Amino acid sequence: MTRSEGLTLFTAAAAFAALAALPFVTEGFYLTLAVNMALYIALCTAWTLFSGPTHLVSLATAAFFGIGTYSVAIGIEILPFPLLILCGGVAGALFAALVGAATLRVSGAYFVIFTLGLAELTRQVVAYLQTKVFGSMGLFVLTDHGEGDLFRYLLGLIAAIFLVGWLIGRARLGFAMRVIGNDEVVARHFGIEVARSKVILFMVSGAFIAMVGAIMAPRYAYIEPQSAFNPTMSFLVVIMALLGGTRRLWGPLVGVVPFTIVADFISANFPDHFNVIIGLAFLAVVYLLKDGVTGAIEQALGRRRRAASVTGEGRA
Amino acid sequence: MEILITGVLLGGTYALIALGLTLQYGVARIMNLANGETLVAACFGAWLLFTAAQISPLWGLLIIAPLGFVANGLIYAGLLRPLVRRAVTQGALEVDAILATFGLLFLFEGAMHLIFGGSFFNYQFLAVPFELLGESYALNRVVAFAAAAIISVLLAFFLYRTRFGTAIRAVAVDPDAARLVAIDVEFVALFAFALGGAITACGGALLSTFYTFEASMGGIFMIKALIIVIMGGVGDVRGAVLAALILGVIETLVASLVDPGLTLTATYGLFVTILLFRPQGLFGGAAG
Repeated sequence: MTRSEGLTLFTAAAAFAALAALPFVTEGFYLTLAVNMALYIALCTAWTLFSGPTHLVSLATAAFFGIGTYSVAIGIEILPFPLLILCGGVAGALFAALVGAATLRVSGAYFVIFTLGLAELTRQVVAYLQTKVFGSMGLFVLTDHGEGDLFRYLLGLIAAIFLVGWLIGRARLGFAMRVIGNDEVVARHFGIEVARSKVILFMVSGAFIAMVGAIMAPRYAYIEPQSAFNPTMSFLVVIMALLGGTRRLWGPLVGVVPFTIVADFISANFPDHFNVIIGLAFLAVVYLLKDGVTGAIEQALGRRRRAASVTGEGRA
Repeated sequence: MEILITGVLLGGTYALIALGLTLQYGVARIMNLANGETLVAACFGAWLLFTAAQISPLWGLLIIAPLGFVANGLIYAGLLRPLVRRAVTQGALEVDAILATFGLLFLFEGAMHLIFGGSFFNYQFLAVPFELLGESYALNRVVAFAAAAIISVLLAFFLYRTRFGTAIRAVAVDPDAARLVAIDVEFVALFAFALGGAITACGGALLSTFYTFEASMGGIFMIKALIIVIMGGVGDVRGAVLAALILGVIETLVASLVDPGLTLTATYGLFVTILLFRPQGLFGGAAG
């Protein structure tokens, strides 16, 4: 570990500790906003673990989230809540392994469409099973976990995601993924097992997303397919992550924080315009911020540094 | 037999919608996810013409199709061509195009929701029984099927029997080779995208004669069109028509024999299965 890495780690730990105290300071509106923010930070960062290096846009976020939520809903009478979060993670990883093994056959645009279709299929199947086989619209999750508890669980999970993401970046897997992302043919010639690396990363990402879903279950209290597998969530995650930039682990963070505040304001004041705004945000990301905010900043910095080095050479 | 005919009648309209998408994706190489919004806009257009001006949806096609052509042409020239020009690789273009058309999907869906609200619309056009092989069907479905069949035949004639149609198919097969034989690829792509929009708009106008529609159904129809396009093979006109009829029959089968609540599940199930096992289409993969 280098010195600057140690410093980053220390700052991050201090920030997390400070944030963990937030529920003591505030409650109500700001705490709810903070939970929303933490929710999307966790989702977008977990999404970026896979989609950042591979450039494969996954729209299956809602499927993993729903699987996590349902893991809690089914087991809440039997097992303690923290254990269920882990169960949700395992379920998500298993589902990701299945999907990953299958999607090796599809590539590029088909992957995007496939994940979208898959998420919708999962939702339809769960809705059908629930109403026709179990004869109910949804399941109750009644716990005494308030928003403050959920916030701390999410914080812990975010810390775990960042830690795992950082470790992957340092490990052989992270290096392999960077090569694959740049050129898959080259990666194959290097002897990198492209398929296996992708599936492992997809499992890690899916497990984390499912764990987020599991943590959020007590907030819904009544779990039904339409809310647990809400497809809008998949789209929001993609926009926010791309808005922030997916080249850095902390890139999505930069997108999520402003977007959640704006989205909250819009859905409170102009609920009918929400889709229009999402559409405009998508277009803005594609046309104006190709590499996200962090990408744009890095580019600007790079240009300045280059300009500085040019003038420096001139003087010498 | 009744199920089969109902399914085929439904499939006729699906075929038009999918033909529009297959032109856009197969020739212009843009997976236009906002295609369903063209369809919904055409539904509302036909409804407006019929209720406000008493123009039959069939004559309305003469207004709606050119509008669809111009609107899609403008979208391509204004929004999508810059993406084509800046794309480094085909893969980058596909992802960019998907994200951009997702944006358009949300934008248009939100806009139509604002204008027309979230309620369901329909109107009475030729809602009389029609005898066919001893069973009776709604005349509007039969007429819609006939109109869809005529338009499909015209399109096939254009693509397979005219010089410009051949140029379009050449671009679908290989844009670089098409450029070598002096085909203006950029113009052909623009034209095919606009034409695809017009065909989808026709499908929407015909659909509205027998189907209850609402502002936010574009996404589902986009998925249906995608299933058909992929099942038929990208850019393959005859494959798309066959696949559309198959989807129509399967949907009607599931709805009437298994459970109406499972229709969507069947659609998505079919979609995922096709992508997994036959991503090159059911009928080989000669085109695209």
